[in-house]
Amino acid sequence: MATRLRLLDDAAWVSVNDERAVGTSEVWPVAETFCSCELAWLVVEAFVDVGVNGRRVEARPHGHCLNCGESGTAPWLPVGKVTDDGFRLVEGVRR
Amino acid sequence: MPTDVEQWKDEVYGNEIREHLFRFAEEGWDAIPEEEEDAWFERFKWWGLYHQRKGQESYFMMRIGTPNGVLEPGQLRTVAEVADEYARGPVDNPEFGAAYCDWTTRQSIQLHWIKLEDVPDIFEKLESNGLTTQQACGDSWRNIVGCPVAGKDTHEHVDAWPVAEELHETFKGNDDYSNLPRKWKVSVTGCDQGCGQGDINDLAFEPAEKDGELGFNVRIGGGLARKEPRFARDVDIWVPEEKVTDIAGAATELFHDHGDREDRYNARIKFLVDEWGADKVRRVLQEDYVDWELESAGDDLRDQYTYNAGGHEHGDHVGVHEQPDGNYYVGLNVLVGRQGVDDVYELADLADEYGSGEVRLTQRQNVIVTDIPEEDLDDFLAADLLDDYSPDPHPFMRGSIACTGTEYCSLSIVETKNRQVRYARWLKENVDVPDGVTDFHIHLSGCTASCAQPQIADVSLRGMKTRKDGEPVEALDVGLGGGLGENPQFAEWVEMRVPADEVPGYIQNLLATYEDEREGEETFREFIQRQDEDALQALADPEETDYEDPYMHNTKMTWYPYADEDDMGSSPAPTNGDGEPISADD
Ligand code: HEM
Ligand code: SF4
Ligand SMILES: [Zn+2]
Repeated sequence: MATRLRLLDDAAWVSVNDERAVGTSEVWPVAETFCSCELAWLVVEAFVDVGVNGRRVEARPHGHCLNCGESGTAPWLPVGKVTDDGFRLVEGVRR
Repeated sequence: MPTDVEQWKDEVYGNEIREHLFRFAEEGWDAIPEEEEDAWFERFKWWGLYHQRKGQESYFMMRIGTPNGVLEPGQLRTVAEVADEYARGPVDNPEFGAAYCDWTTRQSIQLHWIKLEDVPDIFEKLESNGLTTQQACGDSWRNIVGCPVAGKDTHEHVDAWPVAEELHETFKGNDDYSNLPRKWKVSVTGCDQGCGQGDINDLAFEPAEKDGELGFNVRIGGGLARKEPRFARDVDIWVPEEKVTDIAGAATELFHDHGDREDRYNARIKFLVDEWGADKVRRVLQEDYVDWELESAGDDLRDQYTYNAGGHEHGDHVGVHEQPDGNYYVGLNVLVGRQGVDDVYELADLADEYGSGEVRLTQRQNVIVTDIPEEDLDDFLAADLLDDYSPDPHPFMRGSIACTGTEYCSLSIVETKNRQVRYARWLKENVDVPDGVTDFHIHLSGCTASCAQPQIADVSLRGMKTRKDGEPVEALDVGLGGGLGENPQFAEWVEMRVPADEVPGYIQNLLATYEDEREGEETFREFIQRQDEDALQALADPEETDYEDPYMHNTKMTWYPYADEDDMGSSPAPTNGDGEPISADD
C-alpha cells in the first residue's frame, strides 16, 4: 500500500496517511548527526521535507540544538514506521 | 512540481467552494472522505473557515472580514448572536468563559468551535446583516485594513473609508482575483498618523500630495512571517483617488502572474520584490499591467506619523477623541483582543444607546464606539462595561497583543492569549512604569507566522521551546525596540529561548535598567536603538519571580490546554452536528 506523505500547516506538521503524525515544537534527542553534541536536543521549528525509505518514514527538520545553540536543517531522521497495523511513531533517540 | 495546495486549488477554488461546503454541512462532518480532508480544509479557508488543530477535529475557526474594521449599526449584535449560539466548545476557557469573540490585528473577527453543520445557518444570518466570511482566509484578497477611524478623524487628509469600500466591493468574490499564489493583504491609510500600518502589508496606499492634489503613494511587499519580515517597498508611484482600484488590480495581476506557485514559502510578494527590486516592479507594472503613464511618488506625510512610532504620543485610538462633526469616538482597550459574549452584547447596546450603533475594530485588537454626542459622553464613560474595557488603561494592559496560539492554532508552539493576560496583570501589579511611558507594547505570537505582529512592538515575544530542569518547557524568544512611524524598525532578537515563566522577570529587569540608564526624555525605542549588540544582551536577565505559569508543559500536545483531562486521548472530537463524539472509523 502506498504511504501518503505531506507537510501541512505551513510545514508545522508531517502528515502520514492523512493523519498529522508529528509536529513542530517537539524536542528530539538526535545522536551525533546534527551538531557537535554527542546527543543534540533538537527543537523542531519546521519540516523541510518528508520521504519514505522502505517502511521507514523520514523527515528533514529545521531547528536548533538546546545544548549548544547550533541551528540548521538536520539530515534525514526517522519519524516512524509503517507496519501492517498502521503507522507507528519512533520514540527515543533518533539517528 | 506544483504544490499540493496549488493542485487542490486547480481542482476547486474560490466562490464554487461554497456549494461543496453546504453539501458537506448538509451531509455532516463524516461525509468528507478522510483522504480529502486536507484538500477541503485548504479550500474552506477561502470561505473563512480554518480547521482547528489536532485534537479538535470537526471544529472550525470562522473569520469574518470587516473592511477597515467597520461594523455598521446592528452588525456587532449579529456577531454576538452568532458567537452565542454557535461558538461554544466542549470546554470553557478559564479567562473568557464559554463563548467569546476575538478582534484581530487585521481588524477582523474570529470565532471558534464552529461546526460544519451550522455553517449554512451562520452564513445566512451574517449575510442578511451585511457581513461575510468570504476571502477572510486563503490565497486571496484578505480583509482590507486601514485607519479605524477613517471618516471620523481630525487627522485625516483623504477619507480612506470610501476607498477601502470600493476595493472591498471590487475584489471580494471577484473570480479574476480569486486564486492568487498566496494571501494578499492590503492597507489604506488616509491620515497623517500612519495608523493603517501599510508598511507591513503586501500592498499599501498612503496619503500623498502631487501637484496640489491629494492621492496615494503605493508601496508593495511588506509582511512579517517566517523570520523574514519586510517593510513594504516604495515603488515610486502616486495615484489619484480614482485610480486606486486600477493600480490595485494591476498589482494583484502582477502578483497572480509572477508570484511563486512552486514554493509556498517563497510565494508572498515580498520575496518577488526582494528578487526584482522596486524599480523592476514599477517597470513591469507600467509595461504590462496599466494603460496610463504612472506618476512618480508624491509628497507623503510619513514624517508626521505617530502611530506606534515610539514617541511619547499615544500610538493607538484608545481614549476619548473628538470627531470633525463635533461628536466623539471612544476607543476601549480589549486585553489580548478577546471579549466574552455577554460583554459584546453590552457593547452593542452601549453603541446603540449613546452612539450611532457603529463599532470599529483596530489593528491593536481594540474596539471603538463612534458618533457619541458631547452631552452623552459622561454617561457613556460611566457605564460599567468600561471598568473592564477601559478608555484609559494601564500602560501594560494597553500594549498587550496576543495571537491565537496552541488553544486552536496548529502552527503554534506555545500557549498565548491566557498567558499574555497573566503577564499583563502581573506586570501591572509588580512593575513600575518608567516615567513618561503611557503605552508599552508587548506582542506575543505563538510561532513565526507573526499574527500578533511581534516585530513592531517594544517587546516582541515569539513561541519557542527550551529545557528547564531537564524537562522541555514552553519558552519565548525576546526581541526589543520594534515599531512603525516615519522610520519603521523591526525588533532586534536579543534573548532566545527564555522559559515562559521567566519572561515577566526579564521585562521587570529590563524596565529597571531603562529607568536607570535612559538619557533625559529618551523613549524606550530610542534607548534600545543606541545600544550595540553586546549592550543589548547585557540589559537584563530572565528571572523567576512569583509569577506563576500554568502552561509550561507542552500545550501543543494537549487536545485543549485548559481541559481538566487535557491529553489527546480525552478529546471528544470529532463530534457530530449536535456536538456528540463520533467514534473513530478505522
Ligand atoms: C487559526 C489561527 C491562525 C492561523 C492558522 C494563521 C496562519 C497564519 C500564517 C500561516 C501566516 C503567515 C503567512 C504568510 O507568510 O503567508 C499568518 C500571518 C499573519 N496572520 Fe495569522 N493565523 C491565525 C490567526 C491569526 C490571528 C488571530 C490574527 C490576528 C490577531 C492573524 C493575523 C495575521 C497577521 C497580522 C500575520 C502576519 C503578517 C504578514 O506576514 O503579513 N492571524 N497567519
Ligand atoms: S502567530 Fe502562529 S501561533 Fe499565532 S495564530 Fe498565527 S499562526 Fe497561529
Ligand atoms: Zn548541540
